[in-house]
Amino acid sequence: MSGFDKVVRSYEEAMKGLSDGMTVIAGGFGLCGIPEGLIAEIKRMGTKKLTFVSNNCGVDDFGLGILLEDKQIKKMVSSYVGENALFEQQLLSGELEVELTPQGTLAEKMRAAGAGIPAFYTATGYGTPVGEGKEVKEFNGRPYILEEAISGDFAIVRAWKADRYGNCIYRHTAQNFNPMAATAGKITVVEAEEIVDPGELEPSQIHTPGIYVNRVIQGNFEKRIERRVLAK
Amino acid sequence: MALTRDQIAMRVAREFKDGDYVNLGIGIPTLAANYVPDNIAVMLQSENGLLGMGPYPTEEEVDADMINAGKETVTAITGASIFNSAESFAMIRGGHVDFTVLGAFEVDVHGNIASWMIPNKLVKGMGGAMDLVAGAKNIIVTMTHADKHGNSKLLANCTLPLTGVNCITRIITDLAVLSVADGAFHLTERAPGVSIEEIQAKTAGKLIVPDHVPEM
Repeated sequence: MSGFDKVVRSYEEAMKGLSDGMTVIAGGFGLCGIPEGLIAEIKRMGTKKLTFVSNNCGVDDFGLGILLEDKQIKKMVSSYVGENALFEQQLLSGELEVELTPQGTLAEKMRAAGAGIPAFYTATGYGTPVGEGKEVKEFNGRPYILEEAISGDFAIVRAWKADRYGNCIYRHTAQNFNPMAATAGKITVVEAEEIVDPGELEPSQIHTPGIYVNRVIQGNFEKRIERRVLAK
Repeated sequence: MALTRDQIAMRVAREFKDGDYVNLGIGIPTLAANYVPDNIAVMLQSENGLLGMGPYPTEEEVDADMINAGKETVTAITGASIFNSAESFAMIRGGHVDFTVLGAFEVDVHGNIASWMIPNKLVKGMGGAMDLVAGAKNIIVTMTHADKHGNSKLLANCTLPLTGVNCITRIITDLAVLSVADGAFHLTERAPGVSIEEIQAKTAGKLIVPDHVPEM
């Protein structure tokens, strides 16, 4: 059964094969549910000209934002960016390209890629700058635009619990884009808060079946909070 | 008197029915959660993957894995569910959310809305707004009737890049409640003490005023 054991022991091994110019799909919403150690490893590797498909781009010194420091990101495909000064600076200087994509379309692009669906029609973005240049088709009298799936050379994901076979469970709203990202990578790497033996996770509660996952690594997370707001 | 932000939110909350699933945008829409009448229950959807959003947490309840779509720490109410982003937008795009309330820069008589991009200013993104306006059954726009220079935000045609087309049917401003149909704004209520003339003066798009316009 060792063919199903996806656990790797080092971050180096976890991100092995990532090279300049690749596309990486990343789970996370803001700083919630991001694979912190895998992002740190990409920074250490110094890989350049990367395209990241991720809802956001972190903040100046945390999340994907740390990859801006050495100009490792060529392009972001995101729904909302600009929580960091460096991002704005590189965008204005033309060093960084951004493809703004509606949040639901972004999630569906990842899901579609993982499910073998090359493109789908959606009403979202019709008649807006997002729909410009895209095929329009009417269904039941309403216009829809054609949006294409996005797959990645790598997908990086943060799970709460993963077993050695790569079955994953996410915790609370740290789930967000992670399950879709997990399906959309040629190589999917899961950084888990806890790795357990097969059989310890209830099969019907698993969010991401291990078939989508290639590598699993034990992470150690800071879990920084972007906007700490308390009850009055 | 023009309504305050909280008064607009109070008026928004009166639209909700017991058992509605509601998505509230950032700003005035979020305030509406504070004014849901005691005799009804609504469930708040947060598009990062939470249905049944609760109040902000106490110090002890803070959890980095529990945030809302504004990336703020939050709690879940009893009976909440948590899911992934594709599921969250299936609810939105599939028309399962009863109400969406969001802000806007401009709305026009065709029901078009512009709310995310001002040319030559830094554009941060549309987030989930385009999905919400394309998918929700009822969309309420909350905004001030005119900008701080007195220019109307209710236009014949939006001038800014759009968020969605032909999707807005109801607008609640600091001066009035209006519906949008047949290429015109229809005045249905006015803020207490606000004259029809003032509303007419601050509405650039075609405005239809019935014989009697009650105060809110």
